[in-house]
Amino acid sequence: MKCGIVVFPGSNCDHDCYHILKHILNQETHWLWHKDEANLESFDLVVLPGGFSYGDYLRPGAIASFSPIMNSVITFAKAGGKVLGICNGFQILLESGLLPGTLIQNQSRKFICKNVTVRIENIDTPFTRNCGENQVLEIPIAHHEGSYYIDPFSLNQLEDNGQILFRYCDTKGKVSAESNPNGSVGSVAGVTNEQRNVMGMMPHPERCADPQLTGTDGQIIFQSLIQNS
Amino acid sequence: MLAQIHVTFKEGVLDPQGKTVHHALNDLGYDEVLDVNIGKYLEIKLDSVSEEEAEIRVREMCERLLANTVIESFRFNIVPTE
Repeated sequence: MKCGIVVFPGSNCDHDCYHILKHILNQETHWLWHKDEANLESFDLVVLPGGFSYGDYLRPGAIASFSPIMNSVITFAKAGGKVLGICNGFQILLESGLLPGTLIQNQSRKFICKNVTVRIENIDTPFTRNCGENQVLEIPIAHHEGSYYIDPFSLNQLEDNGQILFRYCDTKGKVSAESNPNGSVGSVAGVTNEQRNVMGMMPHPERCADPQLTGTDGQIIFQSLIQNS
Repeated sequence: MLAQIHVTFKEGVLDPQGKTVHHALNDLGYDEVLDVNIGKYLEIKLDSVSEEEAEIRVREMCERLLANTVIESFRFNIVPTE
């Protein structure tokens, strides 16, 4: 699988994503610079990594969504190319209109950095194909603006279309207010577009995909993409 | 010319910051405070544009970049500067 990792000024999970894809999973991986427009036709996956692009000025992801590389990413996504946005990458996908909804400040107003458990809500996507039905993954979150918001009507539509891929849950897979770390509507932790080729998630799968570190639950997301590319 | 722009959360969107300030004001004895909505205020200096054009272009700026219309609404005034 040929992968591209976009580097924005302020990205700080780009090297983690590169490390997992290139060194742990042995995939051909390239850097994509935010100032360049690029022909991405030959790529199988483009990753928008986490971080603080443009210092989170105005709103997280707002300025980055107008970078030259995003024109290329939008063209790539519209042609069916697979795009994965993690944390700040998710915020950029929402700001660019590739995914529905938005992310607002955590209900607690605190930056939350901890391991959480999420339940897989739909395994019929290229990002979750290797997962079991309702499988629970332990993946870390690290964010201040991670509370997913969309109006109730659109949230129902997302549910009906199977566009919600992850929900925050307890270790047994139960979704409740207590297991929702940030106040996201519907406990939503990750969504996909209608075509299911663009996915954004707040948890960081690249932070739990190297066997030398504790936990490898995040690998299944990348493995799903690799085996189905 | 100067565009004075206010961006605030739409009704129904959770505003944790506003909620906290609301509680703090009540704690200080301002029981009349019913709700607090914290937003952004932007001032944009404009040149070489008529007032009519400015209205159109500032609205476009708000819709494209300055406000996230999923959760935020905006309003603005165009005022003359010396």
